[in-house]
Amino acid sequence: MTLESMIQKYPASPEYLVEALRDYQMAKNDHSVTESEIVKIAKYFNVTESKVCSVVSFYSFLSEKPKGRYVIRICRDVPCFVNKSESILKTLETRLGIKPGETTPDGLFTLEYTGCLGQCDHAPAFRINDMTYVDLTPDKVKAILSEYREEKS
Amino acid sequence: MIEKKIISKRFDKIDPYSIADYIATGGYKSLAKAMAGQRINILSEVEKSRLRGRGGAGFPVAIKMMALAKEAALVKYIVCNADEGEPGNFKDRAIMEKDPHSILEGMIITAYATRATKGYIYIRCEYDKPIEIMRHAVEEARKNHFLGQKIDKIDFDFDIEIRLGAGSYVCGEEFALLESIEGKTGRTRVKPPFPTSVGLFGKPTEINNVETFANIPVIIGMGGDEFAKIGTKSSTGTKLLSLSGNVNNKGVYEIPFGVPIKTVIDELGGGVPDSRALKMVQLGGACGPIIPRYLLDMIIDFDRFDEFESKTGSGAIIVMDDRCDIFDILLRNVTFFKHESCGKCAPCREGHNQLERLLRKFVDRKATITDLISIESLARVMHQTSLCGLGQTSPTSIISTLRYFRDDYIDRLESLEV
Repeated sequence: MTLESMIQKYPASPEYLVEALRDYQMAKNDHSVTESEIVKIAKYFNVTESKVCSVVSFYSFLSEKPKGRYVIRICRDVPCFVNKSESILKTLETRLGIKPGETTPDGLFTLEYTGCLGQCDHAPAFRINDMTYVDLTPDKVKAILSEYREEKS
Repeated sequence: MIEKKIISKRFDKIDPYSIADYIATGGYKSLAKAMAGQRINILSEVEKSRLRGRGGAGFPVAIKMMALAKEAALVKYIVCNADEGEPGNFKDRAIMEKDPHSILEGMIITAYATRATKGYIYIRCEYDKPIEIMRHAVEEARKNHFLGQKIDKIDFDFDIEIRLGAGSYVCGEEFALLESIEGKTGRTRVKPPFPTSVGLFGKPTEINNVETFANIPVIIGMGGDEFAKIGTKSSTGTKLLSLSGNVNNKGVYEIPFGVPIKTVIDELGGGVPDSRALKMVQLGGACGPIIPRYLLDMIIDFDRFDEFESKTGSGAIIVMDDRCDIFDILLRNVTFFKHESCGKCAPCREGHNQLERLLRKFVDRKATITDLISIESLARVMHQTSLCGLGQTSPTSIISTLRYFRDDYIDRLESLEV
């Protein structure tokens, strides 16, 4: 989907800037927005480019830095932590060979921390793109990762 | 039975995608009742109910409602805060997923009473299922003429738009939330003016939590006086609790105010798993106090929670067993707030960096008595001088553990010399 067709779903009013940016980035494989796209977006919503940049840098789900095709966001807050989220993080780090903030060399996965996902009754939890996974165990994580790898191939 | 299901009475009993199910179980009856009478009657029923906000701070709802009703502006807004992001809270998710129309009905009644013209529901973007269900509910409500123009064939127009966040905790703070709906970075504003006079797009705005709106149809249905008989003197009605952590039955439970925390953990939560001992409980979420076992007889009540000067009233109860180290928990909380601080005011922006540095010394057993003094004074300064609720309440877990678990701090010091 092109940038134009995506943002034109929203009225050309500054109030829809945040949502349009998020929608667009979700649809892109690298979950980020480039400088030339920022110029176009700023023009459409009639705001300055610096304002678009400040919004992109403020919200956790917006980024100027390209990410992997699947962004894994793991909760590190207390309700998940006391339900062994550290073992889930370790499993991810070991199986992906990366630390939070990094992307696998094949560009498939990016690992990030997230704030509480509101799934504390099924802790520990993480998200992959727009899917939430709960009641995680190291074995479950292994199965989920292979599913995503197969989807790619 | 210590549960009392008023807000959660339809949970798992109706199809959340069916407005017919909602109507068949008495839904939208309160709206009809409200619109059949004078607007002032709605305000007076809410006042009599003594309903307090369910987002955590517990502000009297009738005061906000009346303030909005008194504003003469032609455009006025109602905003539902569904940006539930406080660690340990998930009860708003439950209402949205299981009884979405109760929130809409509460918003429509509030709009009618205050002559508000448009409503917004701001939902965090991570809440995929609630977003889908709420969008569907709004569509259905429109089709059935509960939203739109000339609702119930009278001269009352009101519609609701659903807006999504993009991953920011601070957008749950009321002014930051308004900024975010306006398409900006979620940074709070200096108050006063309060939102009821200058809110969204500069117009008078009433912002309430999801659960608060879900209480409105209940109050109109049973009457304010009857509602006020439930709960305690200072905290009327029921509360949805988000029970999590080291507890057997995690989940959302509804209880009348006044039930002791211990009863909730033991009877509803089924106690601590793996035959471990309970060490501490954090109330309200990451911004709430951490209390020891001997205080668990404390009842769930806004006045009782006032002493913590935090947003304890959201109903989160995070149970931690004896394997948890206080400083691991505190460091996690502070790291979270450091990341989520909007950076507008210095106490919050700089304070969290320093708190994190100091707490790490306690985790690494390298803290000195000077660090202890610093952490104590810094926590107080942040609490007193931060611009919004984030920095004002984030040090609560430190302030409370310094009170109840002081020995843990002392035992962790490298030496007692200055």
